Amino acid sequence: MFDDFFVRALLAGIGVALVAGPLGCFVVWRRLAYFGDTLSHGALLGVAVGLLLQIHLPTAVFIVCTFIALALFTIRRRSMISSDALLGLLSHSALAIGLVVLGFLTWVRVDLMGLLFGDILAVSENDLLLIWIGALCTLSILTWIWKPLFAATVSQELAEAEGLEPRRTELIFMILMAAVIAISMKIVGVLLITSLLIIPAAASRRFATSPAQMLIVASVIGVLSVIAGLLSSLTWDTPSGPSIVVAALICFLVSLTPFVNLFSSNLGASRNIGHE
Amino acid sequence: MSNTSLIELNNAGVFEGGHWRVRGVNLTVERGEIVTLIGPNGSGKSTTAKLALGVLKPTEGSATQAKSLRIAYVPQKLYIDWSLPLDVQHFMHLTGSIPAQDVALALEAAGVKHLNQSQLSSLSGGEFQRVLIARAMARKPDFLVLDEPVQGVDYNGEIALYELISVIRDKLQCGILMISHDLHVVMAATDRVLCLNGHVCCSGSPTAVAESPEFKSLFGLRGESNLALYTHDHDHKHMPDGQIEHIHPTKKESGHVR
Repeated sequence: MFDDFFVRALLAGIGVALVAGPLGCFVVWRRLAYFGDTLSHGALLGVAVGLLLQIHLPTAVFIVCTFIALALFTIRRRSMISSDALLGLLSHSALAIGLVVLGFLTWVRVDLMGLLFGDILAVSENDLLLIWIGALCTLSILTWIWKPLFAATVSQELAEAEGLEPRRTELIFMILMAAVIAISMKIVGVLLITSLLIIPAAASRRFATSPAQMLIVASVIGVLSVIAGLLSSLTWDTPSGPSIVVAALICFLVSLTPFVNLFSSNLGASRNIGHE
Repeated sequence: MSNTSLIELNNAGVFEGGHWRVRGVNLTVERGEIVTLIGPNGSGKSTTAKLALGVLKPTEGSATQAKSLRIAYVPQKLYIDWSLPLDVQHFMHLTGSIPAQDVALALEAAGVKHLNQSQLSSLSGGEFQRVLIARAMARKPDFLVLDEPVQGVDYNGEIALYELISVIRDKLQCGILMISHDLHVVMAATDRVLCLNGHVCCSGSPTAVAESPEFKSLFGLRGESNLALYTHDHDHKHMPDGQIEHIHPTKKESGHVR
């Protein structure tokens, strides 16, 4: 059944959405949206490096993104430039350098649209394997570091004072981000990866009353967006990556409607009755 | 380091951002003792607390903690973003799982049991401080550090919170290091005061510090008035060993003092 390109696309998208949702919640909570953008733009540089050295592309992307993440991690502690300006500088520089290097590689034919906006319908069985292994590894590591990572998200100082190791955890989190970007590049492309992290997480906020709940709802919304996006792409022949993002955006807009408000205030009301 | 000390700072100093945040601090905290740090803004109170917590490493001198010390920390400010759905119940288990019974007892002692299911972002300043203290208490720490625990709390609430802190000390027999901007309310519960101004300016029992010339010159007239307020506050007495005995431990008639 993996022969069908559409089934492969669906499975690949679902694999990525499952892990992008929970990771995206941390991106939203820690205000790392711009940081995610910088990393994903760095992915294009990774592609260029991979083509230049003729190594496995997702591996090259993962290595370059990890390198950028670690560099940012150290610079942010010392730099006098505000991290906002620094990220803006690095984000677009990485994109530009990636494009320039690709321009020099005259002997390879690059599908630039595919790199920028994703090419989910061209997912191979190998890609599928890589995505699911990557997603499952990332999810299990995230479960493992969940407690200290969440504590450090609420307060770095508090976590450190009470004996957790927020710095080490943060470092692991950065590497997980790089991994997710490497595996999701094929699905939505470097320009739209951050949206896959942030939009399902933001959409899940009004449905959730606890952090763990929000992670799960974000995963579910991500999976629904992938299915809806791919189906609409099939029906109306729209580009698949952007269709997924639009579907996620619609989920977010639905979450803003008064219907959801009713749903959460009902929850609140029953809570109040509960402990009167 | 003596056997009973929970933490010990020995001539500790931190050099950061081109100047000494604090220098030459000698400080020990024993079990069952409340030590209060006072001093003007930028005098190194928080830096000293962070040295004691082990979050900052001293540039000179040493900072030692007793082995397998269980620490609880009440930070000065904690900003919970709207995007983070976090209720009091989950917050209580933030840095480690705590038995449900301890959580319930701590919330009750802090007077915020009814907020069990409330979202942190919906709490008022005073409620939030109580929840922070309840969380620290539920951890049953050996060593508790509070950074301006009564910030943003009104006068009566302030007194109630200090009562709660001495109850925690009595129940858990833990050592407490507290930062305060305001000496006179603190005095009722504290055993030892360390007045900082980039270095240890003076230290000793609360009355001794309040009467010392260093303290008066640092806080000027306000220090004098603190002293005056304090002498009108007859709800406790000082024992010869520096301990403080409450005459009305649950209620203070402080309205007329202000």
